Amino acid sequence: MPLIEVKNLEKTYLTDDVKTEVLRGLTFSVAQGEFVAIMGPSGSGKSTLLHILGFLDQASAGDYFFEGKRMNDYSETELARIRNTKMGFVFQSFNLLPRTTVLENVRLPLPYSEIKESLWEELAGKAIKEIGLSHRSDYRTSQLSGGEQQRVAIARALVMGPEVIFADEPTGNLDSKSGQQVMAILSQLNQKRRHTIILITHDTEIADYAQRIIRLRDGRIESDKTK
Amino acid sequence: MNTYLIYGFKTALNGLKANKSRSSLTILGIVIGIAAIILIMAIGQGAQDLILNQIRGLGSETIFVGPGREPQGPSEFTEILSDSLKNKEVEALKDPAMVPGVKRLSPIVLQVMTVAFENETKRINVVGASDLLMEIMEIYPEKGIFFGEEEIKQYSSVVVLGYEVKKELFGDSDALGEKIKIKDRNFKVIGALPQKGRVGMFDVDNMVVVPYTTLQKYVLGTNFYNTILVQAEGEAAVTRVAGDIERTLRELHNIDDPSKDDFHVMTQVSMAERVGIVTDALTALLLSVAAISLIVGGIGIMNIMLVSVTERTREIGLRKAVGATENDILIQFLLEAVLLTAIGGIIGIAVGAGFSFLTSLILTQVVGFGWGFSFPFSAAAAGLIVSSLVGLIFGLYPARKAAAKKDPIEALRYE
Repeated sequence: MPLIEVKNLEKTYLTDDVKTEVLRGLTFSVAQGEFVAIMGPSGSGKSTLLHILGFLDQASAGDYFFEGKRMNDYSETELARIRNTKMGFVFQSFNLLPRTTVLENVRLPLPYSEIKESLWEELAGKAIKEIGLSHRSDYRTSQLSGGEQQRVAIARALVMGPEVIFADEPTGNLDSKSGQQVMAILSQLNQKRRHTIILITHDTEIADYAQRIIRLRDGRIESDKTK
Repeated sequence: MNTYLIYGFKTALNGLKANKSRSSLTILGIVIGIAAIILIMAIGQGAQDLILNQIRGLGSETIFVGPGREPQGPSEFTEILSDSLKNKEVEALKDPAMVPGVKRLSPIVLQVMTVAFENETKRINVVGASDLLMEIMEIYPEKGIFFGEEEIKQYSSVVVLGYEVKKELFGDSDALGEKIKIKDRNFKVIGALPQKGRVGMFDVDNMVVVPYTTLQKYVLGTNFYNTILVQAEGEAAVTRVAGDIERTLRELHNIDDPSKDDFHVMTQVSMAERVGIVTDALTALLLSVAAISLIVGGIGIMNIMLVSVTERTREIGLRKAVGATENDILIQFLLEAVLLTAIGGIIGIAVGAGFSFLTSLILTQVVGFGWGFSFPFSAAAAGLIVSSLVGLIFGLYPARKAAAKKDPIEALRYE
């Protein structure tokens, strides 16, 4: 059973009676432990696809199976629970809480889980260590560089030990050195911890970290190649 | 869930800290509302206690019989000038066959008059009573004696002075044996009362007591009484005795319809009830005014929470993206609103209690009332509950708005 499976996935936006078809019938699956890069020009629908895969958005038509169960069959609470325990999200714009410390940001998902409060500190500390920022855990995120902020976001995605990490152009706002650091952490998570990683980029150098590259164009799959 | 509540409180507190000046201005409305409520309830309680204490000072066994129907409004106050209580009525009430269970009884004649000693004059209450008054009221002369049955019968011109009257007319010197003038007649001072303050209808320190017979015959030239004070045999008998008095007087005056009574009977309980009704009504009126300020404060809370929800749309999206349910978001913002108003409530209670204490201090020290301050615990509890409820009610709409953003991505994309 694949971790993620989509069949004829469509997404249409309706604004002021103008229909915009963003995804026009995608079918593919991702197995546990894969490292997939989704590429394509802007407007090809790759971000929309990632949001649907991460339960942040809903498809207009077609089916999305996560762990064999259709997304539409999950209740609102179950969706929140899966987002919490099985999915981690890394955004291009980091999306950290303002005026809060690294530690507080990393432990953000924990209160929504069933993990006891006494363990929060330890789990967050572990995740921060993983991304190499233990010495900064009491810093406010605004005091960190862009690359460090994105690593904090990765730690936050990591802290619950998710099945899959979705990364939406994680290096898009970073210089190339910080970008490489972030990618090194992600591929290490994939190789050593067997986290499934689905990443969006339009940088071929970044895509090279992945084993499989899916190219989108105009809401359709143009190519799907595994190294 | 429980863990989340604790975390939610911390998060809410941080949320408020992030906007200190905005938060404190917002809770000011609640602080004022709750402080006003505490102050009003404390003053209402204090006033009630003060009056009740004076009523209780008369003793729970005492029954007042007054002339005329009990005044129901300002236009009926002349009723108490009625001359329906005379010697015949006193004799009837003294008769154990008509009204059993009467321990002591004293007719009272009351008049404000000028009292003079040498060049000192003073306008005060002159009380004409029987020798039993002091036993009914349980006040005995500090110096000298009280008049007895003999002086009543003999129309003796003797007088017992209240504490302040004695001090003002005679200073520190012993007044016994001196003569004072009430209207034009000389009265010999035979006793002086200790300092007592107010006891029921009497301002004991500022009155003088003479035999009622003397006052009626030689000073006023009247033959009716202003009050008949009746002491029942024990507290338990009061209601029954009061009933018997009413029945006896109606029979005596041939009255069938109680609404046509030409007298009225009051007990400590009935007076206390009346005071309670009046002060409760006043307190309720003032409370409803204070409640309006709470509503205004609540709207302020709602306004600020709506701003906060809009400002933090991205945060809401992010929290949902990492696994917060709609309920979690709802609780977070509700907690924030409740915390805001509860803090306002606590400050309001402290401020209100402080002002109540100040009020009691001023009334005691400056005005000279025996006004006790007691922290109004029930009002404080009510204040805390009400302020939290205000947070809950006025926070619900913004919190639901925050929780209702269905797809996290919509909230995350919000600029």
